[in-house]
Amino acid sequence: MSTETPEQVKQMEICLQLERQNFHLNAHFHAPMKGVTALFGPSGSGKTTLLRCIAGLEKQTRGHLKIGADYWQDDSLCLPPHRRPVGYVFQKSNLFQHLTVLQNLRYGQKRTAKTQRKIYLNETIALLELENILKCHPDQLSGGQQQRVAIARALLTTPQLLLMDEPLASLDQASKLDIIPYLERLHQELSIPVIYVSHSPDEVTRLADHLVLMDQGSVTAEGEINHILTRNDLPLAHLEEACAVISGKVVKHDSHYHLTYLSIPGGTVAVSYRGFPISDTVRVRILARDVSLALSPGENSSITNVLAVTVISIQTMADPAKSLITLQLGSEQILASITRRSVHKLAISVGTALYAHIKSIALMH
Amino acid sequence: MLQTIAEIDLQPVWLSLKLATFTTIFILAAAIPLAWWLHQEGNRSVKGAIGAIATLPLILPPSVLGFYLLLLLGPNGPIGQLNERFDLGSLAFTFEGLMLASFIYSFPFALQPIQNAFQTMSKGQMEAAATLRASPIDRFFTVALPLARPGLLSGATLAFAHTIGEFGVILMIGGNIPGETRVLSIAIYDHVESMEYTQAHILSAGMLIFSFLVLFILNSFHQRRGKYYL
Repeated sequence: MSTETPEQVKQMEICLQLERQNFHLNAHFHAPMKGVTALFGPSGSGKTTLLRCIAGLEKQTRGHLKIGADYWQDDSLCLPPHRRPVGYVFQKSNLFQHLTVLQNLRYGQKRTAKTQRKIYLNETIALLELENILKCHPDQLSGGQQQRVAIARALLTTPQLLLMDEPLASLDQASKLDIIPYLERLHQELSIPVIYVSHSPDEVTRLADHLVLMDQGSVTAEGEINHILTRNDLPLAHLEEACAVISGKVVKHDSHYHLTYLSIPGGTVAVSYRGFPISDTVRVRILARDVSLALSPGENSSITNVLAVTVISIQTMADPAKSLITLQLGSEQILASITRRSVHKLAISVGTALYAHIKSIALMH
Repeated sequence: MLQTIAEIDLQPVWLSLKLATFTTIFILAAAIPLAWWLHQEGNRSVKGAIGAIATLPLILPPSVLGFYLLLLLGPNGPIGQLNERFDLGSLAFTFEGLMLASFIYSFPFALQPIQNAFQTMSKGQMEAAATLRASPIDRFFTVALPLARPGLLSGATLAFAHTIGEFGVILMIGGNIPGETRVLSIAIYDHVESMEYTQAHILSAGMLIFSFLVLFILNSFHQRRGKYYL
């Protein structure tokens, strides 16, 4: 492997095919060996099947699969699932019903060579707050607790790649909100790359760094999250909750007005106070419908966050009264959804310099 | 009455228990792997045929089974001839022959519940075990078997109870040799034939109570919440 550049080792190359009676999977993409890569698409688009192929659970899979420096599958080789260093979190927790929580956690850990264990039992139990349920059997736990155990169980094999198949799909809204902070913590505290299957735009914008869009068994687009979210030729930019996700740094807190100031590409914004340390990296979400455009900064407005932007593209939306404007904000792009009438009134065209008045900015973590 | 109880020959009871115990052990040893193999994906028609053959004794009259076994094991049958050549003697009218017959006759009673247990088991837990580094054989022993425990228990109990209650096949192939093939059900038949109703009553009532207890215990295991914690 000495001929490979460090960049290749830091990537996963996925090129897999699977033939089923009414379904043909042909997925090809590259993704970084860090952060969260989300597989996003409608149900039936093959996201779960692709994840199962990566884990080796579909025997008929053809193609090649290279994770970092290691081949898991190619023309002459196909590792069986128990030889692939993955952690798999299923939609249903799939906990072993005949074992306690602690025995479930130890199942995979025991089968991982001691020299390869880098994630430890006590830390994982603390990370997912399982201390009080270790002696329980799975059928005594709530859905959210079961899923937390399943995540911990997968982590304890010290996987090189964590595969998560809509881990929140089978949960009610309250349990979902319960789990998301754990997933965000995982993201921040562990350096394991994650492939995360989801059809929820909200989960994707909260968790993903890299986005792979799938439809009818094929990859239709892939790239860095904000790049994909703001591409107006892709379906995400046309959703009701179309948004941009950009990262920023905490620069100061204002205790008088209870605000936190963030430096983002293209300017500084204020959001409701959150107790993050100064210079912490955070992620903010700006919904297209919360962005209005003006020719001047408009000092008399009640809107606090006004940023200078340049128009990159203008597209009519499914609703003919509306236009989707893609804007350059520093090195990033954001979206604005405004009426077509306003586009004419302000004489907006590609290249126009404008001020984006942002009504609301959500600080994700 | 008390005197009759004291006089009663308990040898057939022990013989029946011995026969049922050995038969159940052999049946489990064969039925578990067969049920697992039948449960795996693969050649449907071959599996269908083998499954059907193993289940045949369930619907065949015991006399038909006994008749063919007698021909097979008798001095002129192929197995009898083979045994003759190795100087092992005929299997017909021996305890070993009885065991073979019981094995065949009670096999489907164990196979069915075990097969059901594997079929209703969620595939997800086996797949989870695979992604947790467990090899196929490892996950069979650590996941599939424990999850199938209620089915295994039913299968073993049914095979055992069915062997105890077996009559027709034994009559055809075992005869009535005290200490060798004279099992409980045959002994009862004998007592009735010779009008010894008291002895027949004692053995029959014992059998009735035994059968009830077996089914009762089996049912309560199944109804117990958390049947995996046994």
